[in-house]
Amino acid sequence: MTPLEKRNLKLGLLFCAPWLIGIGTFLLYPIASALIYALCDYSVLLPPVYIGTENYRELFTDPLVYKSLWNTVVYATGSVLLSTLVSLSLALLLNTKVQGLAFYRTVFFLPSLMPVVAGSVLFMWLFNGQSGLINAFLATLGVSGPAWLADPRFAKLAMILMATWGSGHAMVIVLAGLQDVPMALHEAAIIDGATYWDRLWHVTLPMLSPVLYFNVIMGLIGGFQAFTQAFIMTDATGSPERSTLFFVLHLFNVAFQDLRMGYACALACVLFLIILSLTWVLTKVSARFIVYDR
Amino acid sequence: MTVNRRRADWPRAFAHVPLGILAMAFLTPLVWLVVSSLQPREQIGKVPPEWLPRGYELTLATGERLWVTPPERVGTERVLVAPLAGPKSGIPVLVSPRDFSNGELRLAGPSPTSVQQRLPAKLIQRVPGYFVSVSESSAANYASQAARRFYVDPRQISSRIRPLFANYEQAILALSTDAHDKSISLGTLLGKSRLPWTSRGDTSRTVTFLSYLANTLTVALLGVLGTVFSSALAAYGLSRIDWPGQKPLFAITLATMMVPFPVLMIPLYSLFRSLGWLGTLAPLWVPACFGGAFNIFLLRQFFATIPRELSEAARLDGASEIAIFFRIILPLAKPVLATVALFHFLYVWNDFLGPLIFLTDPDTFTMALGLQQYQSQSGGSEWQFLMAASVLLVAPVVALFFVTQKTFIRGIATTGIKG
Repeated sequence: MTPLEKRNLKLGLLFCAPWLIGIGTFLLYPIASALIYALCDYSVLLPPVYIGTENYRELFTDPLVYKSLWNTVVYATGSVLLSTLVSLSLALLLNTKVQGLAFYRTVFFLPSLMPVVAGSVLFMWLFNGQSGLINAFLATLGVSGPAWLADPRFAKLAMILMATWGSGHAMVIVLAGLQDVPMALHEAAIIDGATYWDRLWHVTLPMLSPVLYFNVIMGLIGGFQAFTQAFIMTDATGSPERSTLFFVLHLFNVAFQDLRMGYACALACVLFLIILSLTWVLTKVSARFIVYDR
Repeated sequence: MTVNRRRADWPRAFAHVPLGILAMAFLTPLVWLVVSSLQPREQIGKVPPEWLPRGYELTLATGERLWVTPPERVGTERVLVAPLAGPKSGIPVLVSPRDFSNGELRLAGPSPTSVQQRLPAKLIQRVPGYFVSVSESSAANYASQAARRFYVDPRQISSRIRPLFANYEQAILALSTDAHDKSISLGTLLGKSRLPWTSRGDTSRTVTFLSYLANTLTVALLGVLGTVFSSALAAYGLSRIDWPGQKPLFAITLATMMVPFPVLMIPLYSLFRSLGWLGTLAPLWVPACFGGAFNIFLLRQFFATIPRELSEAARLDGASEIAIFFRIILPLAKPVLATVALFHFLYVWNDFLGPLIFLTDPDTFTMALGLQQYQSQSGGSEWQFLMAASVLLVAPVVALFFVTQKTFIRGIATTGIKG
């Protein structure tokens, strides 16, 4: 090792020292502990007791695990699909160099800034079955609205709609991606006689695919960790009929209400595995469609 | 150019229609939040909804003016009269105004066919078909009389647009929690016992809106300072120093962004418990001081674009690596540092799961947790106060957005493009 290499190694370690300590203490150590606690009976109050794969075996027979997993999958898929669709449409509309772009962008972006706690309280009021604004609006169309958050068939949809309201964040990312699509490609296509829709399908969307992929992955990772809205809107119960008992809400209740931290860690490890495999599968599948070449 | 521009740009002309509709849909919940927060209780939950906060004012015979509930119809108008002759002389009866005119009361006989009686009578009182109650906002000032309910003619009531800002005072009071804290409240300290955010000067209720705000700002400030500094250090080490760990550590950094918080939550809870940090603010800001993966990523992408020659020139002049970091790179990176600071502030402001788990003592609650606690105790009734409390949580974020709009939009846009 040359003196320069030695100096650089020292400097590199020095600059990254806080982050290395941080990764170790607040990331690797907790992950390792979670894997170990998952094999233990652990209530935090007493030291963990090793019980082997008991927690994982229980997990497969716990009906609430299946129920909460299903709720989470429906919510995550629904909110990602709808948010992607809405954010893409908004960005495409805004990218037509429409007048008042800054105004529209602000209007669509603002809701995504809403703290989830405040947003949940607001949507409980909007989705109120008797006197909520949404049902009042539906009534003017002659539709008698459902009880939304009190109806097991509509509670998840209500939360998906709330998530879609916050898709302005994704819109800003898509809009930036759209502005990066080279004009030359569009001009070439126009000369070839391509219509707007031809260009959307053959130029814009392929060029946008990395950005859309990024939004979908981030949306799914976030969606699978949905917790706060269900915790607040249902007072931690996942009501009605456990239709909004999301996986993390179930995990939270197991950990902090039943004080079964070991079992909760097993649930957390399963969640980690699901997110990892989902990302991996999506990356593999989308590799065929994504155009990274600019 | 020979391209027909008009045809190519056709969606532009029509974009305003869908954009306008969508803008309404996105804006309405926010407008409704503010409108509801300014309405008196009587207006909350009206079907169909009323958009303008409205107050109804009644002027009493004494000249006193009161805010009252909207007039409610209880029945038709009646008059209370006392006959001056006949078997029931002097006993008041309630009749329709049609049956009393010119000091004469017409009474139907015992059966429909019997002869109608006409008796002289005197008017005691007209009873209008509507009543109003003294509204909550006036109730405090109107303690003199016992009557809270008045039968009135609707024409006596004047109605006008009146945002009820007192809801915010009520919300701030409601946000405060009972606590065992014996320390002196700010109200006592300032010699004022009726500041709304110090909860009625009651010394047993010292955990207040103001402590939530102070806690949130403490976590945000310490976290922002810590994470900006440490993340910048790491980003520098990952982009501007050639050492063997550079590439693997960057890969690890990116990978850590995929770790869901629920995996870390329980071991961290147990760790902070053994450190005695539960119930203090430390778990919410100390980890940030070791840097954050997303922040390091943002900063690294920017540092990598700064020409190497700048560092080389400084090195030839004998500047140390630390000096280059502080004197050259950080000043150039101000916009990105601002983005990181902004994002971390927002993260702290909006965070709920962290405070929910680690904060056990109402003294240490943050704004978001305080709002949730109030919400779960209120049982979902007093919507006007809940909306006011929510506005208090949202308003600073919206204000921050308008002040730092450019930093915001640029920061978010870069996360997707370079991701």
